[in-house]
Amino acid sequence: MRVKSAFKDMDIARLIIAAFFVFLCIAAVALRLNISELISSSLTQMGMWGVLVLAMLPAIVSGTGPNFGVSLGIVCGLLGGLTALELAYRMEGVVAFPPGALFLVAILFSLPFALLVGIGYGWLLNRVKGSEMMIATYVGFSIVSIMKLAWVFLPFKNPEMAWPIGRGVRVQIALANRGLAQILNNFLAFRIGDVVVPTGLLLAVALAAFLMWLFLRSQTGMAMATAGSNPRFAEASGIVVDHQRIIGTVLSTVLGAVGILVYSQSYGFLQLYEAPMFMPFVAVAAILIGGASVKKATITHVIIGTVLFLGIQVVAVPVANAFTADWSSMGEISRKIIQNGVILYALTQAGGE
Amino acid sequence: MAVEPILRMKGISKSYYGTKVLDSINLSIMPGEVHGIVGENGAGKSTLMNILFGMSVIHSTGGFEGSIEIAGQPVEIKSPLQAMSLGIGMVHQEFMLLPNYSVAENIKLNREVLKPNFISRIFGPKLQSLDYDQMYADSRKALERLNIGIDEYALIAGLPVGHMQFTEIARELDKQNLRILVFDEPTAVLGESEADHLLQAIKEIAASGIAVLFITHRLNEIIEVCDNITVLRDGRHVTTKAKQDTNVIELAELMVGRSMSFATRQRQSSHQGRPIMEIKNLSVDMPGERVRGVNLTVYEGEILGIGGLAGQGKIGIANGIMGLFPTSGEVKVSGASLELNNPSASIAAGLAFMSEDRRGVGLLLDSSIELNIASGAMFGTGRFVKTWGPFSQVDQAAIRENAEKYIADLDIRCTGPKQHVRQLSGGNQQKVCIARALTMNPKILLVSEPTRGIDVGAKQLVLDTLRRLNAELGMTIVVTSSELAELRSICTRIAIITDGRVAGILRPDDSDVNFGLLMAGQPIDKGA
Amino acid sequence: MAASSRTVSGSLLHGRLAAARSFAIRNMVTIMFLVISALGYKLSGMTPFLFLMDIVARISRNAFLVLALIIPVMAGMGLNFSIVLGAMAAQAVVIFVTHWGFGGLPGVLLSMVLVTPLAAVLGLLTGNLFNRAKGQEMIAGLILGFFAQGIYELIFLQLVGGIIPMDNPAIVMSSGVGVRTTIDLTNGLKYGLDWPGQYWGNDLLLRPTLPWVIIGMAAALAVGIIIYQLRTDRRRRMSTAQLVITGAALAWACWWSVQQIQSRSQINWIRVPLLTWLVIAAACAGVHFFSKTKLGQDMRTVGQDRHVAAVAGIDVDRVRIIAIILSMVMAAWGHIIFLQNIGTFSTYGSHEQVGLYSAAALLIGGATVARATIGHGILGTVLFHTLFIVAPAAGRQLFGDAQIGEYFRVFVAYGIIGVTLAMHAWKQVLQRRSAAQ
Repeated sequence: MRVKSAFKDMDIARLIIAAFFVFLCIAAVALRLNISELISSSLTQMGMWGVLVLAMLPAIVSGTGPNFGVSLGIVCGLLGGLTALELAYRMEGVVAFPPGALFLVAILFSLPFALLVGIGYGWLLNRVKGSEMMIATYVGFSIVSIMKLAWVFLPFKNPEMAWPIGRGVRVQIALANRGLAQILNNFLAFRIGDVVVPTGLLLAVALAAFLMWLFLRSQTGMAMATAGSNPRFAEASGIVVDHQRIIGTVLSTVLGAVGILVYSQSYGFLQLYEAPMFMPFVAVAAILIGGASVKKATITHVIIGTVLFLGIQVVAVPVANAFTADWSSMGEISRKIIQNGVILYALTQAGGE
Repeated sequence: MAVEPILRMKGISKSYYGTKVLDSINLSIMPGEVHGIVGENGAGKSTLMNILFGMSVIHSTGGFEGSIEIAGQPVEIKSPLQAMSLGIGMVHQEFMLLPNYSVAENIKLNREVLKPNFISRIFGPKLQSLDYDQMYADSRKALERLNIGIDEYALIAGLPVGHMQFTEIARELDKQNLRILVFDEPTAVLGESEADHLLQAIKEIAASGIAVLFITHRLNEIIEVCDNITVLRDGRHVTTKAKQDTNVIELAELMVGRSMSFATRQRQSSHQGRPIMEIKNLSVDMPGERVRGVNLTVYEGEILGIGGLAGQGKIGIANGIMGLFPTSGEVKVSGASLELNNPSASIAAGLAFMSEDRRGVGLLLDSSIELNIASGAMFGTGRFVKTWGPFSQVDQAAIRENAEKYIADLDIRCTGPKQHVRQLSGGNQQKVCIARALTMNPKILLVSEPTRGIDVGAKQLVLDTLRRLNAELGMTIVVTSSELAELRSICTRIAIITDGRVAGILRPDDSDVNFGLLMAGQPIDKGA
Repeated sequence: MAASSRTVSGSLLHGRLAAARSFAIRNMVTIMFLVISALGYKLSGMTPFLFLMDIVARISRNAFLVLALIIPVMAGMGLNFSIVLGAMAAQAVVIFVTHWGFGGLPGVLLSMVLVTPLAAVLGLLTGNLFNRAKGQEMIAGLILGFFAQGIYELIFLQLVGGIIPMDNPAIVMSSGVGVRTTIDLTNGLKYGLDWPGQYWGNDLLLRPTLPWVIIGMAAALAVGIIIYQLRTDRRRRMSTAQLVITGAALAWACWWSVQQIQSRSQINWIRVPLLTWLVIAAACAGVHFFSKTKLGQDMRTVGQDRHVAAVAGIDVDRVRIIAIILSMVMAAWGHIIFLQNIGTFSTYGSHEQVGLYSAAALLIGGATVARATIGHGILGTVLFHTLFIVAPAAGRQLFGDAQIGEYFRVFVAYGIIGVTLAMHAWKQVLQRRSAAQ
């Protein structure tokens, strides 16, 4: 029922994208590509991005629009990850963290950062109502670029993170050393034929989505949604709209922090410096492709969007390559066109001021 | 008198979606005449002016009936641009001024004086240079006609409001072909001395041969400046009178009139309950409906009406009590002081509000009926929420049950409790608002403009519902309405608000004259 | 008598102080960057020669692009990040012009002619898009840039050499499909405008030395000010204080230049591409002239209030589209100037930062989202690129790592835009609130 009504939200732009995905899938079968591998890697990609796409939901629902500045949360998550690794290094010989515990520690460390940053960021967004998306984008860009300086100067001592020479932490920090790489993916993972199901990863996403669903049905969640959909009605009902927007922004930032850790463990590395810069756009595009608008979104949109957008990304590359070897960049190009095309489309649908 | 009227509107009628808002209006104005148009909100003044200006809202809704003649020539006015070229000018209620332009640039807005240059000869007239010297000179001339010392070089930003108003007028006077000038509530934003100056200017403009149409709520000004006065009510032309044949009291009476559709409530036995809400020196900063020190007591079990002309502040009272606009003063509910400027406190004190802006403030249009009905109680008092420590979940079953009860009770026509409110008719939306307010189980129900934007049949139903709530549940209700007849049909007492204060409190069966006097801001003559 | 004169002079002093304070607050960003740039220059330990050589090149390269942003600001559309499309159009045309074997000044002129209709069409489409996303033009422009990047890559990475035939090993990749990642314009458009005399030998007239150019500019400015003072209404003339300060600055610049010439210092080795600077001056004059025309006034009207403009009978959407077309064409020309100066470009990257750096430069010059002048553009170009030049060297001196300076200047570019946008949006919210009261 819900899925059906969600498909009703899909207008022509999304239908084209959905049709494109179906076409890619048919082509993949027709071209005799390794389907199991495609499915495995689709599942992994969807899991990796799932929480980050989910981070868009509280932002849109609380009325601040898609969180183009989720890189703030991402940076907090990275900071939590680095702090956890540093802790493991400093405590060597005192406490040995099992990988699972270390992962939780990383998440725990990232939470206070995300909470504080989220409150400040929400405060800022309350002051720039009407221009949230643009401000968020540039706040994200600014934070990522100032963090480049921070990565150089922060006093981390763990040699796994430092450059062999020079100062600062590396561009990519391997998680395999501490057993963190694919820690969720491998949890209860199983195979169906050649298809590998990253059970733990998908469960983590499902858990996050379920908690979000519960939250949206709580009194606070309802108040937040009301503040987002009609601020004046909300004020008249005794809801303090600005508080609700801050709650939405904090949730989005926290999910961004958790999301990047989930992403990174699957990827096997913490990516610093330039890497978080353009991640928000992928998450924004995904939820929009799922049928959300800049003012309205549901968990169903998150799920459909994640499946569609990341499915396309995974399948497009081998399909394009199978047509002609010259089309090696087609995957990346189609991602750029679809991702930014759908965001543009949503902006024109918003109807301006 | 062989002089021909400069403007003649004959048999003007207009319907919006089958509702007649103007019914055969006739209007004729001589050059040099100041003609006043008065009427309540919704009387049809703005529609009439929209027709005169060829606004697109008229033509996109099927045009109008009747004819317009300018200086004896029948004309069809299709667009504001055409109206301008026919010599019709308008001084808007809201300023059409740009703050970062000088007074002169604003006066010459999109009518800049241009001189060709080398580039424009190649690429077209859009690239002609502005002739600032000429623009300043022309502006000076127009300002001098108004006899006011405004510097044409000054930026609009930083000018006093009055000077902005005069800049607007100067813009119209600067149009060489100006023959008819419409003033739409020009004194609403002005202080007293500025308003006097404006009236003086209007007389002078008329003396130069321009016909002036003057729209205002301030009846004293009408009497002071107009030669003839036309009264509109409910889209009908009530009368046109020469100034010397009428007075403020008669005009007020004519404006509000007595509509025949509702029966006046009979005088009730004079027993009054104990005071349930005491309002002292309440001031509310609501734009366009400012309240300036209202004192009022509401008694338990009564239906108190709040009436008055638009813009006098009646709407602001309930909005202020509910904490929706900056408010000062003192409000006591059942003897306890109410914390002002805090909607939660007002809700917690047992007040429920049905806003005059139903679609904007009153409802979540894109949410279900059941959620709309439950939302007030849910956020206000935590009803329909199950809590476990810090965690909570809404009780869907209870919300559904409550919605179904009210859908049956109030006869809300819908496909079911999950239907979105946007798809309902105005009357059914209003019933959802009532259900929402009742779910909050209020001590006092504040209702603003309960019948605005609702068709006639539904109006009666909504009013009957309010009366029933009062009679059967003994609920105290405060109704604010622009429609006096409506107030007189359900209220026990009616407070008339003028200039942000209580002008007087009347019984529903008091005479029309008294209502008229209070609305016009005149004291009731004790002898009458 | 004495007492009263004292209070008068006291209040005068007070007034001057207040005026100076409000001037400082209004120009806080610019003053801050003046300080940062000066500090960075000190820290970098650069010689005046190296610094001036670099800044002259960077002004020639970037000033025109910054000017392209002014007209949309006038029309109330904010910072036009979609000029990236104009830059892409310029690169596309330059690739083909290079392929056809044109070079030098004719090549540059041909590129400018060919890019004009292309940029105009892109501007038309972009303007229409912006009209559908009113109030969100900036984010739409930014995303449109990313989107166009995809289309651009599709064309030049996948279609050229395949569906669009091009057989030129200097441009097309060895596989036969796709344009190489870097295009070398040496022997082609390089210095086509900066130094059209490159084939005829060292032409002093086209590339005079810096001191002489400074003297020339000072003289031109002085003449300009005198004419302005004589021809302008008394109220809008420059004040005596302004005249004294400007005169002193010009005199000092001339004195310094003469000294350099006499001392035969290294500064005399710095050559200014005169033609390019004249083109930039012409662009300034053009934008200034435009702002005083009917169309320019319409843009400023629309920029202040779309509703009032529409009621006054101005075709708001059309005016906005024209603003974007003009900006786009200027950006395309500006990028051609950029490319001929730099002499080699990255096919898939050189345009990416055009919007970011131009916008940052304009804002550092003191512009806001709602107000930008030619002066802001030129001053901002100088300040921003000063920072660009000195930041890596200062980073190396301070921390032993040039990368840190690089990170810092990128942060400054993003940060300045972020802060300016936030300030503007905040101001808008406050205005809306006060308008409602």
